[in-house]
Amino acid sequence: MRPAATEIPMTLVLDRLTRRFADFAALDDVSLQMAPGEFLALLGPSGSGKTTLLRILAGLDYPDGGVVMQGDQDFLAASARERNVGLVFQHYALFRHLTVRENVAFGLRVRPRRRRPSRAQIREQVERLLKRVQLEELGDRYPSQLSGGQRQRVALARALAVEPELLLLDEPFGALDAQVRITLRRWLRELHEELQLTTVFVTHDQEEALELADRIAVMNRGRIEQVGTPQAVYQDPATPFVCEFIGRTNRIPLARHAQGWGAGAWPLMTDPWDGRYRHGVAYVRPEHLTLSVPDGQPAWEARLRHVYLAGSVAHLDLYVGDIDLALEADVASEDLGRLGLQPGAVLRVAPNRLVAFPFDDDHGNRAVIRDRWTWRPPDRR
Amino acid sequence: MRKRVLPGFGISLGYALAYLGLIVLLPLAALAWKASGIGLHGLFRLLESPRTLAALKLSFGGALLAALLNVFIGLLVAWALVRYRFPGRRLLDALIDLPFALPTAVAGIALTALYAPNGWLGRWVVPMGIQVAYAPLGVLLAMVFVGFPFVVRTLQPVLQSLERDVEEAAESLGATRRQTFLRVILPLLVPTLLTGFALALARAVGEYGSVIFIAGNIPMRSEIAPLLIVQKLEEFNYAGAAALGVVMLAFSFILLLLIAVLQRWSRRWAERAA
Amino acid sequence: MSAVRTSRDASPGRRLGHAVIIVLASVFLGVFLLLPLASVFVEAFRQGVHAYLVSLHQPEALAAIRLTLLVAAIAVPLNLVFGIAAAWAMTRFEFRGKAALGALIDLPFSVSPVISGLVYVLLFGAQGWFGPWLAAHGVKIIFAVPGLVLATIFITLPFVARELIPLMQAQGSEEEEAARVLGANGWQMFLRVTLPNIRWALLYGVLLCNARAMGEFGAVSVVSGHIRGLTTTMPLEVEMRYNEYDYVGAFAIASLLALLALLTLAVKTFLEWRYSDEIAAHAPGGH
Repeated sequence: MRPAATEIPMTLVLDRLTRRFADFAALDDVSLQMAPGEFLALLGPSGSGKTTLLRILAGLDYPDGGVVMQGDQDFLAASARERNVGLVFQHYALFRHLTVRENVAFGLRVRPRRRRPSRAQIREQVERLLKRVQLEELGDRYPSQLSGGQRQRVALARALAVEPELLLLDEPFGALDAQVRITLRRWLRELHEELQLTTVFVTHDQEEALELADRIAVMNRGRIEQVGTPQAVYQDPATPFVCEFIGRTNRIPLARHAQGWGAGAWPLMTDPWDGRYRHGVAYVRPEHLTLSVPDGQPAWEARLRHVYLAGSVAHLDLYVGDIDLALEADVASEDLGRLGLQPGAVLRVAPNRLVAFPFDDDHGNRAVIRDRWTWRPPDRR
Repeated sequence: MRKRVLPGFGISLGYALAYLGLIVLLPLAALAWKASGIGLHGLFRLLESPRTLAALKLSFGGALLAALLNVFIGLLVAWALVRYRFPGRRLLDALIDLPFALPTAVAGIALTALYAPNGWLGRWVVPMGIQVAYAPLGVLLAMVFVGFPFVVRTLQPVLQSLERDVEEAAESLGATRRQTFLRVILPLLVPTLLTGFALALARAVGEYGSVIFIAGNIPMRSEIAPLLIVQKLEEFNYAGAAALGVVMLAFSFILLLLIAVLQRWSRRWAERAA
Repeated sequence: MSAVRTSRDASPGRRLGHAVIIVLASVFLGVFLLLPLASVFVEAFRQGVHAYLVSLHQPEALAAIRLTLLVAAIAVPLNLVFGIAAAWAMTRFEFRGKAALGALIDLPFSVSPVISGLVYVLLFGAQGWFGPWLAAHGVKIIFAVPGLVLATIFITLPFVARELIPLMQAQGSEEEEAARVLGANGWQMFLRVTLPNIRWALLYGVLLCNARAMGEFGAVSVVSGHIRGLTTTMPLEVEMRYNEYDYVGAFAIASLLALLALLTLAVKTFLEWRYSDEIAAHAPGGH
């Protein structure tokens, strides 16, 4: 094992990783960098390759192509047991025949004699970790006698006991109920701030990723669609997939007309693509719809079909008959009355911010990602 | 080749293959080789022998009948053990496996002692004109005995997992108990019953120890095929023994294959119905 | 348990139906299973305790007991090691021909015991493949102890593997992977994680394997040659005594085997009751 504890931790560079299973590509040309101390989320739907990527980092799977470098060392050359990573499995994989204490001590006890701490040191280290994960009282229990949240913390303590350079978490909150999940999430964030340990976690829950991570890598079908801070990914989605996967959004078909682009009664007088495309799609978040556009400015006539009150926010279900399009809009609940929003009312609606992609007509309406266009009305810019 | 994450692939697979090769494959190859020694002509002559034919008929006919009986008896017993609570149930449940655990020679002499003309049961049934010991009926009895646990043990977990609400739904729709059983429960059990049938059959076809004592081994009447193999061996007719062995194996495999096909078909059918 | 029906929730007509089924099943099991078992002990003690003990104390009886223990003591550990190796390969790795390997492991269950013995005679007997060579070198396998051991190994080969494969499949390899990531080497992983997880299933498989090894009749009968005191195991001794009309002697040895069967059933039931979730749910295929 490399004596990394004394060295300055190094950036982990993943370069062009691919991993094919019999009938599909779990990883397709994935490149990514991880800075020391960073908290990175791999976010994507199931089957997007995120768990495969995590298992490759843990040494439990190997890519068909590509390299992972840590400084000038080939990270993949080391086997799982030499790699010094901490891994928390989705279902924890606690040793069912060992107590909590024995589970946590496992990684220290299996070290070669010359690197193995003394019994007293192990005991001390285990107690310290149990305290950290707030399980001092439960050290003699077996995994089957613990709740889901407790098991998760045992798994974490077990992974931390070997003082890893890299902590990997596979759907760390996936198996927990909503209440426990939120508590543990905050707790994990605090723990990370305290330890400053490079951490990668896999999740399909965007809320979890947005709340916890320093950076998010959004994955889809074995590819990384976008890497960025939570803000960047939410505010400035790079691909149609990211638009649709993160947050809620309205998908509006666009078409080119004589002077520019638009949809139905709402035209834009510009063409960012200089006439190269004829169709496209726009994504508009529910909070980016203006609901009372003054007469004279372009807008859709939309009928308010339903108001769903969800606490402080109200979700509006709108319908634009003109272009046969259902829209979803959000307003603050307290504004409902002020805007006179009753079901049946007709509103003048227009986007105040959108992300659009043109379609490549030659290739079955595939969105052209490199020609992404972010639009805001001129007066808001 | 991809690196394997867990250790021991080569050694565990290598060891298992070498072991299977030496213990199972090599001897079976010897069987095939020796059997081929008598040639097709010899094989037909063997099968033309009325004594061999009678023995094969008894082994396979008896085993089929025994497996069929076990399906009915096994269903009754499994139903009683899973559905009802009564004193002694756990003991009876543990006893089901007795035919597995009891050495076949012990079962053989015990059954013979029971059904012999002066035995506990024999002294009642023989005067009624029912000859069990030293007759084909005895062969059947021993075959039912050794195959009995298979049907019960395959059925039990399935019966246990059968959703009670399916039956309740049927009853609430106006089905009688009979209709519920025949139209709802039985179709779901058919694949399992076939599995049990196949297992009981396979066991009974080759059974030797428990049969030969009670059978009396009268040529053309109560002599089973495995016994003929033993006799041929005792006469040092190795090729004849091997040929008969291959015929038995081939018959068994064809039968089991047929049942497997039937099973797949019925499972698909049951899944579609469910 | 979803479908337990007590007679309380049933109408009188149904209750009668339930009673009929229960009585039928109980009577059948009593006549069909209990009566033969009881008759073994009754026949063994027909001429009193003294005759029973005398017949067990004869040298050939003691030799048969020793030989049975010896054969089991060789066959069971070998099949234990094989079972673990096969289950590890089958449940922890993907490779071509896996289904065929599984079928091969189960094969001995669908082969008649007589054929299981026959194949070794054809391999090592006087006219067998290796017969002449063995005879020239003075090695005796058929009609000797090695033949008994081989036939017993063949017959009992699947028991441990069949018990372990479904369990290890269900348990998955995550715990072993966790052990690797935590730095355990192969042995540490096996001894500290795998073995403790399969210990009860292993015991269960060994129990069944042993019961069959000690009780096997057909296969060993073919390779034994029935040499009194040398190649007769207990079941063979039962047969020889029975054929010599020494009924008390035959049933006396049979009673020991029946006790072994009862002990096996008791331990098996205990394991199923106490460690049900650490033993794979299994169909009884071919025991």
